[in-house]
Amino acid sequence: MIESLFYIAAVIALSTTALALSRANATHALIYLIVSLLAVAVIFFLLGAPFAAALEVLIYAGAIMVLFVFVIMMLNLGEAGVAQERQWLQPRFWLLPGILAAVLLLELLLAIQHSPAATSPSVAVAPKAVGLALYGPYVLAVEIASLLLLAGLVGAYHLGRRFLARPTAVDPHPQTDDVGQA
Amino acid sequence: MSELGTVGFGLAIILAAIGGAAVLTWFERRLLGIWQDRYGPNRLGPLGVLQVLADMLKLLTKHDWIPPFADRAVFVFAPTAIVVAMMLGFAVIPFGPELYILDLNIGLLFFLGMTSLAVYSVLLGGLASNNKYALLGGLRSAAQMVSYEVFMGLSLMGVVMLSGSFSLRDIVEAQRDMWYCIPQFLGLFVFLIAGIAESHRLPFDLPEAEHELTAGFHTEYGGMKFAMFMLGEYLGLILICCMITTLFFGGWLGPWLPPVVWFSLKVFILICFFILLRAAIPRPRYDQLMTLGWKYMLPLTLLNLLLTGAIALVLEGRSV
Repeated sequence: MIESLFYIAAVIALSTTALALSRANATHALIYLIVSLLAVAVIFFLLGAPFAAALEVLIYAGAIMVLFVFVIMMLNLGEAGVAQERQWLQPRFWLLPGILAAVLLLELLLAIQHSPAATSPSVAVAPKAVGLALYGPYVLAVEIASLLLLAGLVGAYHLGRRFLARPTAVDPHPQTDDVGQA
Repeated sequence: MSELGTVGFGLAIILAAIGGAAVLTWFERRLLGIWQDRYGPNRLGPLGVLQVLADMLKLLTKHDWIPPFADRAVFVFAPTAIVVAMMLGFAVIPFGPELYILDLNIGLLFFLGMTSLAVYSVLLGGLASNNKYALLGGLRSAAQMVSYEVFMGLSLMGVVMLSGSFSLRDIVEAQRDMWYCIPQFLGLFVFLIAGIAESHRLPFDLPEAEHELTAGFHTEYGGMKFAMFMLGEYLGLILICCMITTLFFGGWLGPWLPPVVWFSLKVFILICFFILLRAAIPRPRYDQLMTLGWKYMLPLTLLNLLLTGAIALVLEGRSV
């Protein structure tokens, strides 16, 4: 039962990812990518990681992809964008990467065949256990991730700051300090 | 519950939620009318309740039109997303001690995930319509929902800290001594506001602000597809009220009456409160909404988190 569910989810994940790569329309590609992420969430759930599954839906499918859609809406490329994407997706452009990827896939299959059979864990990992692991042995990783986020936050603040402080074309009230310094 | 019983119960919940959402369209207009000193729809049937049927007939018989300039597939898909996501959200809500569809140990996260998936409906609807007003409405909703989702999730972490579980049944059981609306009043306040913003109900219905964006993201929608958007919105309202009841007002707990009655009663009062908010508060400007979110709600949530954490640690230290 679990095994067949796993294979169904895996097929959906793989096929939607392939579709996401090959669509010319960016919106359609994104929808396929969202479905792919949902399929991965199902796989996580089946493998006994409900917490990771929930975060996959919440963070990747629910927040990051929303921002992607947001950017597409901001750019609003429309028909011209689709036409350009069609031109970029010609066979001669993806043939070589495709062959290289196929070689890698072959290597991966061989490696899997020679490694001992992986078994899915029978016990589900409760959210509490994930928390204890994150703030126990892996606390350094959490700290580094938070440092990265802080850097992103400061960077975003800096960029937004410059945008806000940009002087307007006609300033009705020129600041007297500048005049004095000049 | 047996497997068949669970399936039957799930179907019953779906039917009850859709029926409730349908009646709510009439109830809301009636209640708004009373609060604004007018009648509202009172002609058809007792108290006008058959107005729901009339509206449904009208929407069902309307021409199901898709604009020629729209992105057909996405245009049709968009309204279904919100309805499906909201209905799935009902799966984790415990209506009574033994009356639930699913008791996930990630129940709360499941609910948050479903509400964040519902955003796509508005986004894709606005994008696929290929219309300036719809696009602006969709953009606004994306920014609004992504921002408010952040502290919607954070405001609930205080509840999780106190109860020590993501399972909604455990959270209700942990409120036997005291409902969380007292120790977590800050969390309740933030969650309430974020809940209104998430279901884009009136004070925060900027994605569809009709005086500036005609009808926002559903400008091009009509007939049953429009009805699906409305159904999703009302389902969202019921879902948010169910969640507030479960997380802050003790769910099914209460003396004398059977648990389900208590649960329904609390949800009903909360729905009335949401409608009152709609009647009483004007719509803020878009930048005001964002300022409120990031400059007031987020720090408030973090403060709540800090205080709750400190209190939880002190209490734990005393009991050891």
